[in-house]
Amino acid sequence: MNLRRFSLIGVPYLWLVLFFLAPFLIVLKISLSDYAVSIPPYTPTLDVFGGWASISDFFSKLDFDTFKFLTTDDLYWKAYLSSLQIAVVATLITLSVGFPIAYGMARAPEEWRATLMMLVILPFWTSFLIRVYSWMGILGKEGFLNGALLWLGIIDDPLTILNTNVAVYIGIVYTYLPFMILPIYATLDKLDVSLLEAAEDLGCTRTSAFWLVTAPMSRPGIIAGCFLVFIPALGEFVIPSLLGGSGTLMIGKVLWEEFSSNRDWPVASAVAIILLLILIIPIILFQKNQERQAEADQ
Amino acid sequence: MRRFSWFNATSLTLGFAFLYIPMILLVIYSFNGGRNVAVWGGFSTKWYGELVKNEAFLDAALVTLKVGLMSSTLATILGTMAAYVLVRGGKFYGRTLFSGAIYAPLVMPEVITGLSLLLLFIAVGLDRSVTTIVLAHTTFSMCYVSVVVSSRLVSFDQSLEEAALDLGCTPFDAFKSVTLPIIAPAVISGWLLAFTLSLDDLVIASFVSGPSSTTLPIKIWSAVRLGVSPEINALSTIMIGIVTVGVLIAAFMNKRAVVQRQKDEQKAAAA
Amino acid sequence: MAQPAKNQTVFAPWLDDSQKPLIEFSNVTKRFGDFTAIDHLNLSIYEKEFFALLGPSGCGKTTLMRMLAGFETPSDGTIRLGGEDIAAVPPNKRPVNMMFQSYALFPHLSVWDNIAFGLRRSTMPKDQIGARVEEMLRLTRLEKFARRKPHQISGGQRQRVALARSLAKAPKLLLLDEPLGALDKKLRTETQFELMDIQEKTGTTFVIVTHDQEEAMTVASRVAVMDHGQLIQVATPADIYEYPNSVYVADFIGDVNLIEGTVTAVNEGTCEVSYAEGAAPIKAATPESGVLGTKVAFAIRPEKIVVGTEPDPTRANAVKGKIEDIGYLGNISTYHVRLDSGQLISAQMTNSRRLARRDFTWEDEVWLSWTDTAGLVLTR
Repeated sequence: MNLRRFSLIGVPYLWLVLFFLAPFLIVLKISLSDYAVSIPPYTPTLDVFGGWASISDFFSKLDFDTFKFLTTDDLYWKAYLSSLQIAVVATLITLSVGFPIAYGMARAPEEWRATLMMLVILPFWTSFLIRVYSWMGILGKEGFLNGALLWLGIIDDPLTILNTNVAVYIGIVYTYLPFMILPIYATLDKLDVSLLEAAEDLGCTRTSAFWLVTAPMSRPGIIAGCFLVFIPALGEFVIPSLLGGSGTLMIGKVLWEEFSSNRDWPVASAVAIILLLILIIPIILFQKNQERQAEADQ
Repeated sequence: MRRFSWFNATSLTLGFAFLYIPMILLVIYSFNGGRNVAVWGGFSTKWYGELVKNEAFLDAALVTLKVGLMSSTLATILGTMAAYVLVRGGKFYGRTLFSGAIYAPLVMPEVITGLSLLLLFIAVGLDRSVTTIVLAHTTFSMCYVSVVVSSRLVSFDQSLEEAALDLGCTPFDAFKSVTLPIIAPAVISGWLLAFTLSLDDLVIASFVSGPSSTTLPIKIWSAVRLGVSPEINALSTIMIGIVTVGVLIAAFMNKRAVVQRQKDEQKAAAA
Repeated sequence: MAQPAKNQTVFAPWLDDSQKPLIEFSNVTKRFGDFTAIDHLNLSIYEKEFFALLGPSGCGKTTLMRMLAGFETPSDGTIRLGGEDIAAVPPNKRPVNMMFQSYALFPHLSVWDNIAFGLRRSTMPKDQIGARVEEMLRLTRLEKFARRKPHQISGGQRQRVALARSLAKAPKLLLLDEPLGALDKKLRTETQFELMDIQEKTGTTFVIVTHDQEEAMTVASRVAVMDHGQLIQVATPADIYEYPNSVYVADFIGDVNLIEGTVTAVNEGTCEVSYAEGAAPIKAATPESGVLGTKVAFAIRPEKIVVGTEPDPTRANAVKGKIEDIGYLGNISTYHVRLDSGQLISAQMTNSRRLARRDFTWEDEVWLSWTDTAGLVLTR
């Protein structure tokens, strides 16, 4: 292997090892440590220069106490369950909102599609934080939504939406909608219209042609879209913090608070490790789906 | 010529209304003169004036730009290299680990990335500063760059590189004078994506930034936690405006290039 | 390619022992994992030859060419160019250029810059590059398109740019990978003659890879028919067509009737092949000694068979059959005749006079006649 090839592979490789893989080992190590009132706030600390005795001493002090603690306090498993529930429900809502939009785009006149596509991508380039923030003004007690509903006479007293789970759902659906629309649109756009015509020619009605041809053929896009919403929603931190209330339990928020408010690094690390373990399954399924789709495209 | 069916027209109208009404309201109410944020109190640009006078915001914006420019440039170089290794690198030791490490940050919750990088910086004794934010942003955005560039490289006709070698180029010369000019649009969009991601990032920056290196999203975050503020509306409007203009210009240039290309091809076919 | 009769010195360096080959493959093997693409291959190609590698896809012809260009290295054996082993020479240092199947024109460079690309990376002084590019533009009739980008010209023009670019450095050897594959049939025929013309003008050795047998026959001085990584036959187009050495070559090049049988008698120079119970054996020239009693295939081209209402007494073989199908192609007609013994034989007659052959029709009983030298007895 010559020097040029070596450095071409070596430089990005080294970077990823240093700044992506090494940090995980550190998280893993700290999750096996115990909380201590010190700097850094955990024990044991590794003293590489202390010889073999101190290294083996260090390893013998690592244990699963922090993970055991997580199972005893029901805050944590409730937070995991509630995150899962919020992510699943929000994903399904996003799908039911996103599919008709993607379908409408794919069936739109040719000359409109580029514009519609741009309209979907534009929010994607806009600050995530600002998009979440924009709902605070709408959903608040004195917000635009309540104002409009009161003015229309639909309600007499303002609704409490902000700082509830409903607001969190709205926030997730709103911010992740483009991630759902784009992959579904990509599969629908490739769908040959003559397949639908063939189905109708062979005796399908419009509706049954949709369920028998369009829906199954857009499945890879639907699966990809769902994962692209579900995976980040599960670890979401900004949306529950801004739109959710004290009752909204999401694991990303718990992790943040353990770390910054409680300064309990071992617990924060353990929470992160478990979150990763939960995410590994959907991530692998997502990769499989993408590979299958790439194969089918060839 | 196909037209919109009523069903499609309705779903598109409702869908885009949902996507755009919150932002439009934000923009409109940034020009609200009244104190109450939800009640229209006459047109005014006074919040923009307040914003310009607020030095904390200006400082944060400067830090954000600096971080964005540095991290996106670094990320583009590293990401393009990584893409080239993934698509053209052939077999090497630890290839699976490498491609895993490229794709993983794309789906990794930001809280985990931020926490793990912070713990690394503390472990090696690196003080939280602009440098640590740049390192963190480069790491996750290089993965996005490499995805964008490698999807272009996959569709790249490899015989172009072989032709360059055949005509006397060294491998590096072939990359410089053939591959790079052809994949340049993808590299540029990769850079833009990395830049935007860096400007946008709150969570990772919150973990790895120090008191002297507050970025704009962190500043906005601490302001909006207290509730809706007209100053933030004004700031948001400026940011939305910049992005919109940028995307419109890009779309326009892209469209012009496509039209020109079609014309050329028609002319070539007729010749 | 048939040479004019008045030309005293027929171009056939492969028959002249004093000639040194330009390219020499000795015992070359190329394996990709478990798959053997090239299997112990020996081949010599001479200077100024127009050499065609012909075979179905996957037969190893492209691998062979890529080894010459330097994109693949042999797993075993040596390749010599002008007497030197070139295994260690990288593609950018070889006096060999290649015209790619996809043309591989650089989309960001103009036609002019594409042609100059290789020259700028050679030792040629800067002030001579312009003149050389102009010369190549003239040769390929592209002067008017010099400033255009590849996507602004037609497919045929792109093909010529690719040719000009690969010829610009005046390589010792030019490799052409399916050079006409992307063109439509009419343009392809025109371009074939243009290629031959340019090859003759520049005196460059051409090696062309193609799966189109008509193309190989038209342009090449010699054709190598390949299958499964091996050379089946290397010969001039006329010899390949008239004297195929195997059933594979006979079947691959042109149309042929193949009748399986056994050699039942060998006389002086001729033999008899029995192919069916009760049918008279076919009389044909003996391929080699010691074939008596072996299973063989008798191969005969459709145009070597005469169709008539009576057996032709001047020809050694005559069999009776019934017309099953007639294919009228304008210049020729093809008759599919079912013999009494069951074989289906196709015979071709030229339609030299209007409506002259309309006297045969479906279900007619006809006689097929051919001489004893019209067909070949193939032992493999």
